Amino acid sequence: MMMSCMGRWCARACGVLVLVMGLGHGASAIEIKEVKTPKGLTAWLIEDKTVPLVSMEFAFRGGSALDPQDKDGVAELVSGLLDEGAGDLPSARFQRRLEDNSISLGFRTSLDSFGGTLRTLTENRDLAFSLLQLALTRPRFDAEPVARMKSQVMAQIAREAERARNVARSRWYKEVFGSHPYGRDVDGQARTIGKITPDDLRNFVQGRFARNNLIIGVVGDITEAELVPLLDRTFGALPEEATSFRVPDVTVRNADKVIVVPRKIPQTVVVFGQKGLPITDPDYYAATVMNYIMGGGGLTSRLADEVREKRGLAYSVYTRIVNYDRADVILGWVATQNAKVAESLKLIRAEWARMASTPVSQSELDDAKNYLTGSYFTRLNSTGRIASLLVGLQLDNLGMDYIQRRNKLIAAVTVADVQRVARRLLQPEALTVVMVGSPKGVTATP
Amino acid sequence: MTFPSNVSPHACRAGFGAWTRRLIAAGIFAVAVIVGTAGASRAAVFNPRTFTLANGLQVVVIESHRLPVVRQIVFYRVGASDDPPGKSGLAHYLEHLMFKGTKVMAPGEFSKVVARNGGRDNAFTSADTTAYYQTVSRDRLELVMRMEADRMANLTIAPEEAVPESKVVVEERRSRVDNRPAAQLDEHVAAALFMNHPYRVPIIGWQHELEKLTVEDARAFYKQHYAPNNAILVIAGDVTVDEVRPLAEKYYGVIPANPSIRPRVRLAEPPQHAARRVTMRSDRVREPRFARDYLAPSHSTGETAHAYALELLSVITGGGATSRLYRSMVIEKKIALGVDTYYDADQFGPAVFGFALRPREGTGLDVAEAALDTEIRSLLEKGVTAEELAAAKKRMLASAIFARDSLRRGAVSIGVALTTGQTIEDVESWPERISAVTLEQVNAAARYVLRPERSVTSLLLPDDPGARARDSRRERSLTGRAPKEQNR
Repeated sequence: MMMSCMGRWCARACGVLVLVMGLGHGASAIEIKEVKTPKGLTAWLIEDKTVPLVSMEFAFRGGSALDPQDKDGVAELVSGLLDEGAGDLPSARFQRRLEDNSISLGFRTSLDSFGGTLRTLTENRDLAFSLLQLALTRPRFDAEPVARMKSQVMAQIAREAERARNVARSRWYKEVFGSHPYGRDVDGQARTIGKITPDDLRNFVQGRFARNNLIIGVVGDITEAELVPLLDRTFGALPEEATSFRVPDVTVRNADKVIVVPRKIPQTVVVFGQKGLPITDPDYYAATVMNYIMGGGGLTSRLADEVREKRGLAYSVYTRIVNYDRADVILGWVATQNAKVAESLKLIRAEWARMASTPVSQSELDDAKNYLTGSYFTRLNSTGRIASLLVGLQLDNLGMDYIQRRNKLIAAVTVADVQRVARRLLQPEALTVVMVGSPKGVTATP
Repeated sequence: MTFPSNVSPHACRAGFGAWTRRLIAAGIFAVAVIVGTAGASRAAVFNPRTFTLANGLQVVVIESHRLPVVRQIVFYRVGASDDPPGKSGLAHYLEHLMFKGTKVMAPGEFSKVVARNGGRDNAFTSADTTAYYQTVSRDRLELVMRMEADRMANLTIAPEEAVPESKVVVEERRSRVDNRPAAQLDEHVAAALFMNHPYRVPIIGWQHELEKLTVEDARAFYKQHYAPNNAILVIAGDVTVDEVRPLAEKYYGVIPANPSIRPRVRLAEPPQHAARRVTMRSDRVREPRFARDYLAPSHSTGETAHAYALELLSVITGGGATSRLYRSMVIEKKIALGVDTYYDADQFGPAVFGFALRPREGTGLDVAEAALDTEIRSLLEKGVTAEELAAAKKRMLASAIFARDSLRRGAVSIGVALTTGQTIEDVESWPERISAVTLEQVNAAARYVLRPERSVTSLLLPDDPGARARDSRRERSLTGRAPKEQNR
């Protein structure tokens, strides 16, 4: 990393990281700048003039896992309502202002954070940031949009219940996390959403949106000198500190369980998994390589080879390491016709066991490392995607030098590392499996 | 094929699929972005450079130097609607088999080589187009050009690879269609809306035909349609036309043209005279939905002069929270939770202009339908306003700028245009043509398209006891509407 001093805010010493990317002689560089504002905000910026537009992603730490039990759904509801009227602009006029100026403004909540996206043409930049400022600081929560959004959330819950994949995922989380907020399912939300009052929504906004839990990534046609005042104007009036919060700790306990949720569909959708490991674990990169070889690598993974390529049992089968603030899991998905789903699951368990019992080949290891290091940039195909990466890196406290550090850490993984972490993590006899469908030849755990 | 492979839904199937909680949000993107794909102009949207090799391969280069990354896409002028009768799903099945090896590449090696070079690859099949793409760092462009050119000419299809892959495609069908009531209904809507045109057959194919596809079928289809003079090569990203030209000559230029390639001729739709109605009840449905699809001209088929006006009409009626239908049906009358208008003019054959809505709890689909009919009547009688048209134009012109943000968008827009009978000039002058549309033209297009006798109304309902009896009573009470038995 090198430091540089640019523009009128240089007293704040902005960190700059030049990323050398690409492989071999195709390498070139993009520059991430850490921007600090007079009001104490920090943002990561990549200036890019390819297209006259600006994409900003931002997130407040603390997500829907903080919803009180009897107000489950409040974060979701707020995310739908912030652009439904703010300041002197009721819903229709606020939306009109956005749409007439082609400004995309959206909010979403995850378990651990509350995020937003702003995308605008350069010419409407000031207006776009002003509308965001209004949405964050003076949302109206008028009766009509609140009622409408509650109905829409309820309808969304109903619609998700139609999709086997959503049902399976939600049941798996409930099974593994129990009464912890990570295990709450949408049925709970359906019971509480009607009871959420405008005061609850306002309290959420006042307590949760602050400068000390805010993370910002900006990519596009904007200089540091242009961005700094916009950031202060948009976020500078937020309270210094969010209401303190802490999601309770939770332990993922591996257990041998098969749960069947009966549905009259021809194909059973399966979610399977167990405890994972955090990104701070020294073996995280070995686990990343291991996961790629086993089930992460699209059609080239062992699971895809056994289940899909050789036998045609599924269109998609894959695994992911998923990290939350308070828990980490390794999760997989497969969907196979009812009569053959038991065979798919047997093959998956066998691969789970093989990964722990037998070393991967050198060529599997090399291929995985080459993909994981080389592909980091090829997925960054729009300003929005790049801005999301900038926010994600900050949410995980990874630092600006992470991209280069990560590639070195992956390159250092050995065959023995992979086997060690596989032995530690993968317990084929203790998988939690949720099946949604009418599976044949499967015995559910009593 | 690949994972997660991607059968681009034809517009007529977009009805239920694209819904999010804020339908409208989906609406904006579904409309403005699809439209925007055809993107921008005098300021020229994508500024592509193009040349054609002696063997007929058209090459398009779109420069974007943000990152040292390139995307290659090869489009073939063949899609699911070219499946021979009785062999539905063949174009898409072949797309999967294209990853199963050539004279010099082992089965599965293509994706492995791309991945080991830090790249990503996939493919998609639509009714009109089949496309294969890779995203790699710029120094790996030559590698993927060599491999893609290889499988344009040298595909080998081994039976031991083809048999499990046909099972994969059947599982894909189960995932995409059979497990989802809304997707099952969409198949019935397409079959009802298109009386003769092959858009009536699903891209992924009917299961009973899919299961019978053979290696010989795939080989014959490949031989007939895969050739440089039936393809478009698009390279987008950190590269110049001068860098691409010698590589294109070297790898693609040596592939002989197929002299038997002829322009596609598709079965045409006859005049339609009867409104159709399709109802599906399923105990898997949790939320009722309603849609109305009208047969419409595209940029290539029918009264194409209406196409630009219809793109604007779809934004005015259903594009976002300020659109007519959202304002009236969702906010004012509180009949619906979401409404959507869809229209994708980038079709080789006819297009679909459609409305979909999700009623508010406690509101019957009959009430929702009556409200939509009122809106359509008012639209036809009074027309859209100058303000509505101006706002829609402004948004669509902006969408042409946003379209340049991703490497994918420009490459796909141009490839789709060129494989559906349009030209690069059509794409690049899209903003000018949108700007030139008049109020009278929008209103004329609405009157031309929104005719009951060329429509299919579809209802997706939760199953409940006694519902069928109520249905039949209501069918009888709705004058001027065909009961569902009249579909064929």
